[in-house]
Amino acid sequence: MTGRRVAASPCRVSCRVLSRAFVLAALVIANSFTSGAEIPLAQRQSGYEFMTRETRAMQDDDTTNPGMLWVLDGEALWSRKAGEAGKSCADCHGDAPANMKGVAARYPAFNAARNRPINLEQRVNLCRTEQQKAAPLAFESKDMLALTAFIGRQSRGMPIADPMNDRTRPFIEAGRDMFFRRQGQINLSCAQCHDDNWGGKLAGVPIPQGHATGYPLYRLEWQAMGSLQRRLRNCLTGMRAESFPLGADDYVDLEIFLMWRARGMPVETPAVRP
Amino acid sequence: MARALINVPPKAKRGEVIEIKTLISHEIESGFRPDSVGKLVPRDIITLFVATYNGQEIFRADLHPAIAANPFISFFTVATESGKIEFKWTGDNGFSQTETAAITVE
Repeated sequence: MTGRRVAASPCRVSCRVLSRAFVLAALVIANSFTSGAEIPLAQRQSGYEFMTRETRAMQDDDTTNPGMLWVLDGEALWSRKAGEAGKSCADCHGDAPANMKGVAARYPAFNAARNRPINLEQRVNLCRTEQQKAAPLAFESKDMLALTAFIGRQSRGMPIADPMNDRTRPFIEAGRDMFFRRQGQINLSCAQCHDDNWGGKLAGVPIPQGHATGYPLYRLEWQAMGSLQRRLRNCLTGMRAESFPLGADDYVDLEIFLMWRARGMPVETPAVRP
Repeated sequence: MARALINVPPKAKRGEVIEIKTLISHEIESGFRPDSVGKLVPRDIITLFVATYNGQEIFRADLHPAIAANPFISFFTVATESGKIEFKWTGDNGFSQTETAAITVE
Protein backbone atom coordinates (compact mmCIF):
# COMPACT_ATOMS: atom_id res chain seq x y z
CA MET A 1 0.00 0.00 0.00
CA THR A 2 2.95 2.26 0.47
CA GLY A 3 4.51 1.69 -2.94
CA ARG A 4 2.95 4.75 -4.50
CA ARG A 5 4.40 7.27 -2.19
CA VAL A 6 7.62 5.91 -0.82
CA ALA A 7 9.84 8.92 -0.34
CA ALA A 8 13.27 7.36 -0.27
CA SER A 9 16.56 9.19 -0.20
CA PRO A 10 18.68 8.90 -3.37
CA CYS A 11 21.07 6.52 -1.60
CA ARG A 12 18.25 4.29 -0.55
CA VAL A 13 16.93 4.13 -4.08
CA SER A 14 20.26 3.22 -5.62
CA CYS A 15 20.96 0.64 -2.89
CA ARG A 16 17.58 -0.91 -3.54
CA VAL A 17 18.11 -0.98 -7.28
CA LEU A 18 21.54 -2.52 -6.75
CA SER A 19 20.25 -5.20 -4.41
CA ARG A 20 17.39 -5.98 -6.75
CA ALA A 21 19.77 -6.26 -9.68
CA PHE A 22 21.92 -8.55 -7.58
CA VAL A 23 18.99 -10.81 -6.76
CA LEU A 24 18.01 -10.96 -10.41
CA ALA A 25 21.58 -11.64 -11.46
CA ALA A 26 21.71 -14.47 -8.91
CA LEU A 27 18.46 -15.84 -10.32
CA VAL A 28 19.82 -15.73 -13.85
CA ILE A 29 23.01 -17.52 -12.86
CA ALA A 30 21.08 -20.15 -10.93
CA ASN A 31 18.87 -20.76 -13.91
CA SER A 32 21.51 -21.10 -16.52
CA PHE A 33 22.20 -24.50 -14.96
CA THR A 34 18.63 -25.74 -14.81
CA SER A 35 16.43 -26.51 -17.75
CA GLY A 36 13.06 -24.75 -17.78
CA ALA A 37 10.17 -27.11 -17.15
CA GLU A 38 6.50 -26.31 -17.25
CA ILE A 39 4.52 -26.68 -14.03
CA PRO A 40 2.53 -29.95 -13.99
CA LEU A 41 -1.22 -29.29 -14.17
CA ALA A 42 -1.90 -30.67 -10.70
CA GLN A 43 0.73 -28.45 -9.10
CA ARG A 44 -0.62 -25.18 -10.39
CA GLN A 45 -1.57 -22.56 -7.82
CA SER A 46 -3.30 -19.25 -8.18
CA GLY A 47 -1.53 -16.13 -6.92
CA TYR A 48 -4.21 -16.21 -4.21
CA GLU A 49 -2.34 -19.09 -2.51
CA PHE A 50 0.73 -16.89 -2.08
CA MET A 51 -1.12 -14.05 -0.35
CA THR A 52 -1.42 -13.26 3.34
CA ARG A 53 -4.56 -14.23 5.23
CA GLU A 54 -5.62 -10.56 5.39
CA THR A 55 -5.38 -10.02 1.65
CA ARG A 56 -7.28 -13.25 0.98
CA ALA A 57 -10.04 -12.13 3.33
CA MET A 58 -10.20 -8.83 1.47
CA GLN A 59 -10.73 -10.64 -1.84
CA ASP A 60 -13.23 -13.15 -0.47
CA ASP A 61 -15.73 -10.65 0.95
CA ASP A 62 -17.56 -8.61 -1.67
CA THR A 63 -18.02 -5.76 0.78
CA THR A 64 -14.28 -5.44 1.45
CA ASN A 65 -13.00 -6.24 -2.04
CA PRO A 66 -12.21 -2.84 -3.59
CA GLY A 67 -12.52 -4.40 -7.05
CA MET A 68 -16.27 -4.48 -6.41
CA LEU A 69 -16.31 -0.68 -6.67
CA TRP A 70 -15.37 -1.10 -10.34
CA VAL A 71 -17.80 -3.99 -10.79
CA LEU A 72 -20.64 -1.75 -9.56
CA ASP A 73 -19.55 1.00 -11.96
CA GLY A 74 -19.51 -1.59 -14.74
CA GLU A 75 -23.01 -2.71 -13.84
CA ALA A 76 -24.21 0.87 -14.27
CA LEU A 77 -22.36 1.19 -17.60
CA TRP A 78 -23.85 -2.08 -18.85
CA SER A 79 -27.31 -0.56 -19.17
CA ARG A 80 -26.25 2.98 -20.12
CA LYS A 81 -26.94 3.89 -23.74
CA ALA A 82 -23.90 5.05 -25.69
CA GLY A 83 -22.90 6.21 -29.16
CA GLU A 84 -24.86 7.24 -32.23
CA ALA A 85 -26.82 3.99 -32.23
CA GLY A 86 -28.15 4.86 -28.78
CA LYS A 87 -27.76 1.27 -27.62
CA SER A 88 -26.51 -0.11 -24.33
CA CYS A 89 -24.68 -3.39 -23.79
CA ALA A 90 -27.87 -4.71 -22.22
CA ASP A 91 -29.91 -3.92 -25.35
CA CYS A 92 -28.05 -6.68 -27.21
CA HIS A 93 -26.75 -8.95 -24.44
CA GLY A 94 -29.62 -8.62 -21.96
CA ASP A 95 -29.21 -9.62 -18.37
CA ALA A 96 -25.47 -9.93 -17.65
CA PRO A 97 -25.59 -12.49 -14.78
CA ALA A 98 -27.51 -14.85 -17.06
CA ASN A 99 -26.01 -14.13 -20.47
CA MET A 100 -22.41 -13.16 -19.74
CA LYS A 101 -21.71 -16.13 -17.49
CA GLY A 102 -18.57 -17.87 -18.71
CA VAL A 103 -17.74 -15.30 -21.40
CA ALA A 104 -14.64 -13.88 -19.70
CA ALA A 105 -13.44 -17.45 -19.06
CA ARG A 106 -12.98 -17.97 -22.80
CA TYR A 107 -11.15 -14.76 -23.69
CA PRO A 108 -8.86 -14.00 -25.54
CA ALA A 109 -10.84 -15.72 -28.30
CA PHE A 110 -10.40 -16.00 -32.05
CA ASN A 111 -12.03 -13.23 -34.04
CA ALA A 112 -12.72 -14.13 -37.66
CA ALA A 113 -12.81 -10.54 -38.91
CA ARG A 114 -9.35 -9.79 -37.51
CA ASN A 115 -8.13 -13.29 -38.25
CA ARG A 116 -6.46 -13.49 -34.85
CA PRO A 117 -7.37 -13.73 -31.18
CA ILE A 118 -8.66 -10.63 -29.42
CA ASN A 119 -8.92 -10.03 -25.70
CA LEU A 120 -11.96 -8.94 -23.73
CA GLU A 121 -10.98 -5.26 -23.88
CA GLN A 122 -10.74 -5.41 -27.67
CA ARG A 123 -14.08 -7.24 -27.81
CA VAL A 124 -15.70 -4.45 -25.78
CA ASN A 125 -14.27 -1.87 -28.17
CA LEU A 126 -15.47 -3.83 -31.21
CA CYS A 127 -18.97 -3.74 -29.74
CA ARG A 128 -18.61 -0.02 -29.10
CA THR A 129 -17.42 0.91 -32.57
CA GLU A 130 -19.54 -1.52 -34.58
CA GLN A 131 -22.76 -1.90 -32.60
CA GLN A 132 -23.01 1.25 -30.53
CA LYS A 133 -21.23 3.54 -33.04
CA ALA A 134 -19.36 5.01 -30.11
CA ALA A 135 -15.72 5.95 -29.61
CA PRO A 136 -13.59 3.06 -28.31
CA LEU A 137 -12.68 3.15 -24.64
CA ALA A 138 -9.02 3.76 -23.84
CA PHE A 139 -7.16 0.77 -22.40
CA GLU A 140 -6.81 1.12 -18.61
CA SER A 141 -9.49 3.83 -18.51
CA LYS A 142 -11.89 3.68 -15.61
CA ASP A 143 -14.82 2.74 -17.84
CA MET A 144 -12.92 -0.03 -19.64
CA LEU A 145 -11.76 -1.55 -16.34
CA ALA A 146 -15.26 -1.23 -14.89
CA LEU A 147 -16.92 -2.99 -17.84
CA THR A 148 -14.36 -5.79 -18.05
CA ALA A 149 -14.47 -6.27 -14.27
CA PHE A 150 -18.26 -6.49 -14.42
CA ILE A 151 -18.15 -8.99 -17.31
CA GLY A 152 -15.37 -10.94 -15.60
CA ARG A 153 -17.32 -11.08 -12.35
CA GLN A 154 -20.08 -13.04 -14.11
CA SER A 155 -17.59 -15.89 -14.65
CA ARG A 156 -16.19 -15.97 -11.14
CA GLY A 157 -15.61 -19.53 -10.00
CA MET A 158 -15.93 -20.96 -13.50
CA PRO A 159 -13.01 -22.86 -15.02
CA ILE A 160 -10.90 -21.03 -17.61
CA ALA A 161 -11.71 -22.57 -21.00
CA ASP A 162 -8.91 -24.22 -22.95
CA PRO A 163 -8.38 -21.80 -25.84
CA MET A 164 -6.39 -24.28 -27.95
CA ASN A 165 -7.82 -25.05 -31.38
CA ASP A 166 -6.51 -25.09 -34.93
CA ARG A 167 -7.06 -21.38 -35.43
CA THR A 168 -5.59 -20.20 -32.12
CA ARG A 169 -2.64 -22.62 -32.07
CA PRO A 170 -0.12 -20.39 -33.91
CA PHE A 171 -0.91 -17.47 -31.61
CA ILE A 172 -0.64 -19.57 -28.46
CA GLU A 173 2.70 -20.84 -29.78
CA ALA A 174 3.83 -17.24 -30.37
CA GLY A 175 2.83 -16.39 -26.80
CA ARG A 176 4.68 -19.40 -25.51
CA ASP A 177 7.80 -18.34 -27.42
CA MET A 178 7.63 -14.96 -25.75
CA PHE A 179 7.13 -16.58 -22.33
CA PHE A 180 10.34 -18.59 -22.72
CA ARG A 181 12.35 -15.93 -24.54
CA ARG A 182 15.05 -14.15 -22.59
CA GLN A 183 14.74 -10.45 -23.01
CA GLY A 184 15.69 -7.07 -21.60
CA GLN A 185 18.91 -5.85 -20.07
CA ILE A 186 18.71 -8.56 -17.40
CA ASN A 187 18.29 -11.21 -20.08
CA LEU A 188 15.44 -12.87 -18.23
CA SER A 189 12.41 -14.83 -19.45
CA CYS A 190 8.96 -15.03 -17.85
CA ALA A 191 9.53 -18.77 -17.33
CA GLN A 192 12.67 -18.25 -15.27
CA CYS A 193 10.61 -16.64 -12.52
CA HIS A 194 7.17 -18.19 -12.92
CA ASP A 195 8.03 -21.77 -13.96
CA ASP A 196 11.42 -22.32 -12.36
CA ASN A 197 11.39 -20.16 -9.23
CA TRP A 198 7.80 -19.81 -8.11
CA GLY A 199 7.45 -19.93 -4.35
CA GLY A 200 10.80 -18.18 -3.98
CA LYS A 201 11.26 -14.52 -3.23
CA LEU A 202 12.15 -11.57 -5.39
CA ALA A 203 13.08 -8.47 -3.38
CA GLY A 204 11.26 -9.98 -0.40
CA VAL A 205 8.05 -10.64 -2.31
CA PRO A 206 6.82 -14.18 -3.12
CA ILE A 207 7.10 -15.12 -6.80
CA PRO A 208 3.74 -16.56 -7.93
CA GLN A 209 3.29 -19.00 -10.78
CA GLY A 210 1.92 -16.24 -12.94
CA HIS A 211 -1.56 -17.56 -13.69
CA ALA A 212 -3.75 -14.71 -14.88
CA THR A 213 -6.93 -15.94 -13.20
CA GLY A 214 -8.29 -12.76 -11.63
CA TYR A 215 -7.93 -9.91 -14.14
CA PRO A 216 -8.83 -7.13 -14.14
CA LEU A 217 -7.76 -7.06 -10.51
CA TYR A 218 -7.22 -4.62 -7.68
CA ARG A 219 -3.58 -4.34 -6.84
CA LEU A 220 -2.80 -2.80 -3.46
CA GLU A 221 0.46 -1.39 -4.78
CA TRP A 222 -1.40 0.38 -7.60
CA GLN A 223 -4.20 1.40 -5.24
CA ALA A 224 -6.37 0.79 -8.27
CA MET A 225 -7.73 -1.71 -10.74
CA GLY A 226 -5.54 -2.83 -13.61
CA SER A 227 -5.72 -5.17 -16.58
CA LEU A 228 -3.47 -8.12 -17.37
CA GLN A 229 -1.63 -5.95 -19.90
CA ARG A 230 -0.75 -3.47 -17.17
CA ARG A 231 0.67 -6.37 -15.19
CA LEU A 232 2.65 -7.61 -18.21
CA ARG A 233 4.01 -4.13 -18.84
CA ASN A 234 5.05 -4.07 -15.18
CA CYS A 235 6.93 -7.36 -15.55
CA LEU A 236 8.63 -6.24 -18.77
CA THR A 237 9.76 -3.01 -17.15
CA GLY A 238 11.15 -5.04 -14.23
CA MET A 239 13.09 -7.15 -16.72
CA ARG A 240 14.39 -3.89 -18.25
CA ALA A 241 12.81 -4.96 -21.50
CA GLU A 242 10.90 -2.73 -23.86
CA SER A 243 7.17 -2.96 -23.26
CA PHE A 244 4.59 -2.92 -26.04
CA PRO A 245 1.86 -0.33 -26.49
CA LEU A 246 -1.34 -1.39 -24.69
CA GLY A 247 -3.49 -3.51 -26.97
CA ALA A 248 -0.52 -4.78 -29.00
CA ASP A 249 -0.87 -8.18 -30.67
CA ASP A 250 2.22 -9.43 -28.80
CA TYR A 251 0.44 -8.91 -25.49
CA VAL A 252 -2.69 -10.69 -26.71
CA ASP A 253 -0.60 -13.67 -27.86
CA LEU A 254 0.98 -13.82 -24.41
CA GLU A 255 -2.45 -13.47 -22.80
CA ILE A 256 -3.93 -16.36 -24.75
CA PHE A 257 -0.89 -18.50 -23.91
CA LEU A 258 -1.37 -17.63 -20.22
CA MET A 259 -5.03 -18.65 -20.45
CA TRP A 260 -4.00 -21.95 -22.03
CA ARG A 261 -1.44 -22.36 -19.24
CA ALA A 262 -4.17 -21.65 -16.62
CA ARG A 263 -6.86 -23.72 -18.37
CA GLY A 264 -9.30 -25.25 -15.92
CA MET A 265 -8.33 -22.97 -13.03
CA PRO A 266 -11.24 -20.95 -11.59
CA VAL A 267 -11.78 -17.32 -12.58
CA GLU A 268 -11.33 -14.99 -9.57
CA THR A 269 -12.27 -11.64 -11.11
CA PRO A 270 -12.12 -9.16 -9.44
CA ALA A 271 -9.12 -10.54 -7.56
CA VAL A 272 -7.03 -8.62 -5.04
CA ARG A 273 -3.24 -8.85 -5.18
CA PRO A 274 -0.55 -7.17 -3.09
CA MET B 1 -21.05 10.46 -6.48
CA ALA B 2 -18.49 8.01 -5.27
CA ARG B 3 -19.26 4.33 -4.99
CA ALA B 4 -19.47 3.02 -1.44
CA LEU B 5 -19.82 -0.49 -0.05
CA ILE B 6 -21.36 -0.84 3.40
CA ASN B 7 -21.57 -4.03 5.42
CA VAL B 8 -23.91 -3.81 8.42
CA PRO B 9 -25.54 -7.03 9.63
CA PRO B 10 -29.25 -6.64 8.77
CA LYS B 11 -30.28 -8.35 12.04
CA ALA B 12 -28.68 -8.49 15.49
CA LYS B 13 -29.58 -9.39 19.06
CA ARG B 14 -29.91 -6.55 21.59
CA GLY B 15 -26.56 -5.97 23.26
CA GLU B 16 -24.62 -7.88 20.61
CA VAL B 17 -21.29 -6.50 19.43
CA ILE B 18 -21.46 -6.08 15.66
CA GLU B 19 -18.76 -5.33 13.10
CA ILE B 20 -19.41 -2.62 10.55
CA LYS B 21 -17.32 -2.38 7.40
CA THR B 22 -17.22 0.51 4.94
CA LEU B 23 -15.35 1.02 1.70
CA ILE B 24 -15.56 4.12 -0.48
CA SER B 25 -14.04 4.88 -3.85
CA HIS B 26 -11.78 7.93 -3.71
CA GLU B 27 -8.48 8.74 -5.40
CA ILE B 28 -6.87 10.14 -2.20
CA GLU B 29 -4.29 12.38 -3.82
CA SER B 30 -1.77 13.02 -1.06
CA GLY B 31 -0.59 16.43 -2.26
CA PHE B 32 3.03 15.28 -2.16
CA ARG B 33 3.23 13.67 -5.59
CA PRO B 34 4.68 15.51 -8.57
CA ASP B 35 2.99 15.22 -11.96
CA SER B 36 4.75 14.56 -15.28
CA VAL B 37 6.22 18.06 -15.40
CA GLY B 38 7.34 18.10 -11.77
CA LYS B 39 4.53 20.23 -10.36
CA LEU B 40 2.87 18.99 -7.19
CA VAL B 41 -0.62 17.57 -7.72
CA PRO B 42 -2.92 19.44 -5.31
CA ARG B 43 -4.10 17.50 -2.29
CA ASP B 44 -7.50 15.81 -2.61
CA ILE B 45 -8.26 13.53 0.30
CA ILE B 46 -11.09 12.54 2.61
CA THR B 47 -10.52 14.29 5.92
CA LEU B 48 -13.35 13.06 8.13
CA PHE B 49 -15.52 9.99 8.55
CA VAL B 50 -18.43 9.97 11.00
CA ALA B 51 -20.95 7.23 11.77
CA THR B 52 -24.18 7.88 13.63
CA TYR B 53 -26.66 5.35 15.00
CA ASN B 54 -30.18 6.77 15.07
CA GLY B 55 -28.68 10.25 15.23
CA GLN B 56 -26.12 9.49 17.92
CA GLU B 57 -22.46 9.56 16.98
CA ILE B 58 -20.80 6.17 17.48
CA PHE B 59 -17.57 6.48 15.50
CA ARG B 60 -15.41 9.27 14.13
CA ALA B 61 -12.08 9.24 12.32
CA ASP B 62 -9.80 12.00 11.03
CA LEU B 63 -8.04 10.97 7.84
CA HIS B 64 -4.66 12.25 6.71
CA PRO B 65 -2.62 12.17 3.47
CA ALA B 66 -0.93 8.83 4.25
CA ILE B 67 -4.23 6.95 3.86
CA ALA B 68 -4.39 4.68 0.79
CA ALA B 69 -6.85 5.28 -2.04
CA ASN B 70 -10.37 3.80 -1.64
CA PRO B 71 -10.21 3.85 2.17
CA PHE B 72 -11.63 0.87 4.05
CA ILE B 73 -12.82 1.62 7.58
CA SER B 74 -14.12 -1.03 9.93
CA PHE B 75 -15.25 -0.67 13.54
CA PHE B 76 -17.39 -2.35 16.19
CA THR B 77 -20.46 -1.13 18.01
CA VAL B 78 -23.18 -2.51 20.28
CA ALA B 79 -26.56 -3.18 18.67
CA THR B 80 -28.91 -1.23 20.92
CA GLU B 81 -32.08 -0.63 18.91
CA SER B 82 -33.55 -1.03 15.44
CA GLY B 83 -33.05 1.87 13.11
CA LYS B 84 -30.63 3.53 10.78
CA ILE B 85 -26.86 3.78 10.81
CA GLU B 86 -25.61 6.71 8.79
CA PHE B 87 -22.10 7.13 7.40
CA LYS B 88 -20.70 10.44 6.26
CA TRP B 89 -17.39 11.09 4.51
CA THR B 90 -16.19 14.66 4.00
CA GLY B 91 -13.06 15.86 2.28
CA ASP B 92 -11.20 18.35 0.14
CA ASN B 93 -12.86 20.21 -2.74
CA GLY B 94 -16.27 20.00 -1.09
CA PHE B 95 -16.35 16.19 -1.10
CA SER B 96 -19.29 14.93 0.92
CA GLN B 97 -21.12 11.67 0.79
CA THR B 98 -23.69 10.05 3.02
CA GLU B 99 -24.82 6.42 3.01
CA THR B 100 -27.28 4.70 5.34
CA ALA B 101 -27.94 1.13 6.33
CA ALA B 102 -30.88 -0.32 8.23
CA ILE B 103 -30.53 -2.68 11.17
CA THR B 104 -33.19 -4.68 12.99
CA VAL B 105 -32.45 -5.43 16.65
CA GLU B 106 -34.42 -8.18 18.34
